[in-house]
Amino acid sequence: MGERLAIDRIRCDGYGMCAEMFPEGIELDDWGYPILRDGIIPDGLLPLARRAIEVCPVLALRLVNAPARPQSTSPVRPRPVESAPRS
Amino acid sequence: MSAILEATDRLLAGPSPAAGSESLAAHNVRLGPMPRVGADLIGTLERSGLLGRGGAGFPVGSKWRSVAERRSGPAVVVANGAEGEPHSSKDRKLMAARPHLVVDGALLAADAVGADELIVYVGADHRAAVAAMGRAIAERASTARVPIRLVEAPVAYISGESSAVVNFINTDDARPTAGPHPRDRGVSGRATLVQNVESLAHAALIARHGEDWYRSAGRGPTSGTALVTISGAIAIPGVYEIDYGTTLGEIVAGAGGATSDIQAVLLGGYFGGWAAVDDLRDLSLDPAMLADRGLSFGCGVIGLLPVERCGVWATSKILDYMAGESARQCGPCIFGLGAIAETTRRVAAGSAAPGDMDNLARWSRQIVGRGACHHPDGAAGLLQGALSVFASEFDLHQQDRRCSRPAATAQGVR
Amino acid sequence: MESLLWYATRGAGMASLILFTAVGCLGMLTVGRWQRPGWPRFLTAEFHSNLALLSVVFLAIHILIAALDPYTSLGLGSALIPFSSPYRQFWLGLGGVSMYLIAAIIVTSLLRSRMGRRTWRAVHWSSYAAWPLAIMHSIGTGTDGGTAWGLLLVGGCVLAVVACLTWRIAATRVARARIDAALPARRVVS
Repeated sequence: MGERLAIDRIRCDGYGMCAEMFPEGIELDDWGYPILRDGIIPDGLLPLARRAIEVCPVLALRLVNAPARPQSTSPVRPRPVESAPRS
Repeated sequence: MSAILEATDRLLAGPSPAAGSESLAAHNVRLGPMPRVGADLIGTLERSGLLGRGGAGFPVGSKWRSVAERRSGPAVVVANGAEGEPHSSKDRKLMAARPHLVVDGALLAADAVGADELIVYVGADHRAAVAAMGRAIAERASTARVPIRLVEAPVAYISGESSAVVNFINTDDARPTAGPHPRDRGVSGRATLVQNVESLAHAALIARHGEDWYRSAGRGPTSGTALVTISGAIAIPGVYEIDYGTTLGEIVAGAGGATSDIQAVLLGGYFGGWAAVDDLRDLSLDPAMLADRGLSFGCGVIGLLPVERCGVWATSKILDYMAGESARQCGPCIFGLGAIAETTRRVAAGSAAPGDMDNLARWSRQIVGRGACHHPDGAAGLLQGALSVFASEFDLHQQDRRCSRPAATAQGVR
Repeated sequence: MESLLWYATRGAGMASLILFTAVGCLGMLTVGRWQRPGWPRFLTAEFHSNLALLSVVFLAIHILIAALDPYTSLGLGSALIPFSSPYRQFWLGLGGVSMYLIAAIIVTSLLRSRMGRRTWRAVHWSSYAAWPLAIMHSIGTGTDGGTAWGLLLVGGCVLAVVACLTWRIAATRVARARIDAALPARRVVS
């Protein structure tokens, strides 16, 4: 049991300051929107996660309790991830 | 529908849908009055193995149980007939032909989960369904235990998504939300069951005939029958009822046969994906068996792609459509899906830039799970399947910048 | 004969005005997503919040000294009840209104995580009222209004805010255009 970050994707406007505060847990995609790393945040990094939550101008981030193995929230579609054809 | 197709007629048993909507009197004569089952129906549905027909295939009994147990105060039931998937017409055909079966299922759900309000949610453009459900609701108003009202929804791809349904009913805004799940806080802040109309129709029959009866249909691991919509290169496109496990070859034959050789099938709608077809008899339309192959039954859409058309162009048109249908609320969908659609269009048109294929692969991985709803996931899944099924065609477009099909027929009309 | 306290009041008031101007500009730069390569954007946001707290300190000094200075005989009542002072009633009152708006903004921001987002936003938007009120208050009550340096300072503040506001409005348009350009228009499917 521990805590992980959760994000309100509609509130998020791609400010990207969260990734500046907590690069170990958040990186930005090609358009500046956050990609959250899966899994529980190690205790030592929780202060950084909290700073990331505070700095967000739209309060899109929050901490939630997480089970040891976080469950996928995507629809259950056992489609293997296809890589690009050899090009 | 078709008499050639060997199927257990259940939802479509009775008078031909071409004759119009079945009246309440005829419905009661054919099936008997609606049984009063109450919350016991939940256990029956769980044992029957009935899966939701909205596309996600979630077990219906569990869904009803979670609303019944989590609610504090009366719940709300929404019969979801929005049918945003463009190639699917089964829900509106069902509502137009068997409105009382749908109302039965909805009333049984209201009884089972403890709801005091029932809303029927239909796409405003689907006039036959709107008219049939409107008349049916008027006919049932005096005897129904809960008030029933009809809500006409804007027809858009995502307008059938559960949170979008609830949001439209609450605020006239048919966009998905990121807040609490409808089963916890939905219509008017109350626990809400949003259930597809076909699922409710099956539940109405199970309430009368029992779980063993339901399980007696179906040829493979999944029991029951389902409505499918077949379109594309088929002689008699339309809605058919099949036993789960029917092969694609049988369905195609039952629908008059393919009008051309088939290179691929779009299964489950845009939220499903492409399946390569060497042998139509190979593909068994059973949700569990499809899932084993990485495919999806989804909402029962079967789109036949003839060999004359180009799979890259077909995929590009679908992605353009899905990008246009974005609710424009989440960055990864707006920009990620937008870039995917634009890049695929370039590749289709023979103007692929170096790095385009790598970008497509990367972006389709990146957008999954990063929207408030699963719209980007569906598009990503469709593209990933297309990259596999049409691999050689993508290679040709990207490396040689040409299409193997003549331009006019490559793009097709649909 | 002007006392040291009177100078202190005006000095603290001016300092507070300049600081709040900077806070407002930094706020607009934050929300408009101003960026330069190598500049961490969170610094803009953090300067905005930290300077706001510093500005409050100078504002408090300005108000307390002005109210308690025996030379002015304004008393705390004039500060706490807008438009109640006999001296330049209207212009002083504007400052009182501005003070309350700023207090609400600061308090709601400190308690941001405990309140509805819409409430917080509505209060924060009143900064677009609080700042002009402060400007008008300083022109109307400040005895330095006529001096060259007084005008220069206030003029500089106004210029800074106008420049940032113009940029901020343009940035919003650019962001919207970016979104429109990213996606094809909705097609009606029959």
